[in-house]
Amino acid sequence: MLGRLAEQYRTSDKAGYVMVLPYILHFLLFTAYPLVFAFVLVFNRWDIVTPMEFIGIRNIQRLLRDATFWTAVINTLRFLASHIPLQIVLSLLIAVILNGPIKLRSFFRGAFFLPFVISGAVVTILWQQLYSTDAGILNLILNRIGMQPVPWLTDPAWAIYSIAIMATWKNMGFYIVLFLAGLQNVPHELYEAASIDGANRSQQFWKITLPLLQPVMLLVVILSTIGGFSLFIEPFVMTGGGPAESTLSVVLYLYKQAFQFLRMGYAATIGFALAIMIFVVTFIQRKLLDTDQPA
Amino acid sequence: MRTLTKALGYILLTVAALTFIYPFLWMASASLKPENEIGTLALISRNFSLRGYSAVFKQIPIGRALFNSGLVSITSTTSVLVFSSMVGYALARLRFLGRDSIFNLVLLTMMIPGQLLLIPMYILVVRLGWTDSYRALIIPAMISNMGIIVFRQFFKSLPQDLVDAARIDGCSDYRILFQIFWPLSKPVLITVGIITFIGSWNEVLWPLIVIRKWNMMTMPQMVTLFHVGGLANAQVAAEMAAAMMLAFPVIVAYLFFQRYFIESLALSGIKG
Repeated sequence: MLGRLAEQYRTSDKAGYVMVLPYILHFLLFTAYPLVFAFVLVFNRWDIVTPMEFIGIRNIQRLLRDATFWTAVINTLRFLASHIPLQIVLSLLIAVILNGPIKLRSFFRGAFFLPFVISGAVVTILWQQLYSTDAGILNLILNRIGMQPVPWLTDPAWAIYSIAIMATWKNMGFYIVLFLAGLQNVPHELYEAASIDGANRSQQFWKITLPLLQPVMLLVVILSTIGGFSLFIEPFVMTGGGPAESTLSVVLYLYKQAFQFLRMGYAATIGFALAIMIFVVTFIQRKLLDTDQPA
Repeated sequence: MRTLTKALGYILLTVAALTFIYPFLWMASASLKPENEIGTLALISRNFSLRGYSAVFKQIPIGRALFNSGLVSITSTTSVLVFSSMVGYALARLRFLGRDSIFNLVLLTMMIPGQLLLIPMYILVVRLGWTDSYRALIIPAMISNMGIIVFRQFFKSLPQDLVDAARIDGCSDYRILFQIFWPLSKPVLITVGIITFIGSWNEVLWPLIVIRKWNMMTMPQMVTLFHVGGLANAQVAAEMAAAMMLAFPVIVAYLFFQRYFIESLALSGIKG
């Protein structure tokens, strides 16, 4: 066994070991060590200053009973429930139009993609201004067309949906590009065959295009779910998690526990809960959307 | 009927495109307007001035933040290109013990959400004494799993004859990688480069955690804290000016290299 290993080593490309060495070091220091340490922290109370104190599973018990944590989870679900359908409908609609014989296609695509390359910090600072109840131009436009002003970020019933609208705006170009790629993969012959059989445009869309776009749809749902669980800068800048904790996100709560209250063990526990939720939700979505293949 | 749907399509696209471009134009305009004109829809004002920008320069070391962000983004992007292509090359073209396990490790670690490692990473940085230094911003970002995977995949597609011929001429693997493979890899270098640079330039959570001194902050961090921390004294023009300075380099680069940006960043979503 050892002899074979030595023989394999002798005939292997030695440069390979040197070339992967930076990765191994990076992995050990910045992935393996933090992962183990995060696990250790879950069972400890620690404010960084005084020595670590072992407390068993008290962090986990506390998390399960922590109403604020669950508020953050529910906020995330409210965000996703509005953001995902809005994102899919709007970006698919625009992608379908752009996929037709359109002039200036690359100009339009470029315009829609612009917010995606801009820092979330810029986008949230800008939108906070647009959303301002008294001085914002969104309410100014509503006022011009004779509608009541909307308390975008100041009403707990509205605030998380306002953030969902902004996130839809920021990421739409990205999803349009994904849908466009999906649409271009639909074979032309299918449409030709369908129109020979007398299927009209909308029948073609529902019976051919949509089913064939299912893999893209899955990707859109999974990526926006991960994005929803990663919300941080949006509530951090716009609302600080308020009003009445209605926009508190899981990451913002983790950040506050760690850096306002110096509860490192508890913050690490929230981190694990977050990772588990992301895994579970994306796993369920993969199962549901994959097996739901139309005949 | 046909022309009607077509016209409707154009109208919809134009309105939609306006909702995507107008806010940025409004931001540029607001950064130049006096406070009492900011709450209007007009993009041009007779009272444009650079007062917002001079207020930013007066109150925060924004020039230093621009320098810090440039330094951090350029160093980490260069480093990601060098190291990820090296690992990608080894995984694609060399035979050595543990190669397949390392590739699986790369795929596996890509699935770990960054937020899970946030707290222990912060503690690690504190223990290493790296807080308030470039090391905290650059070293953890020096290699990327996504980069390794993209390079490996591309290098696998290059012909073996190239490697064989170079070996006969006595080329080392490093020379094969950097002098033969790199010049053939412009598309992937651009892709990995753009994804890494934009990610680094826009990153705000990690700097917020490891940097506290104003003169060590990056642009997104400083612009955010200028706004949140109340230093802007609710002068909207100054806040918009700071945000403009953060967005401007990316917007200019995007205008010139739009196609590369879109293709690269669309790929980043698919590759994770």
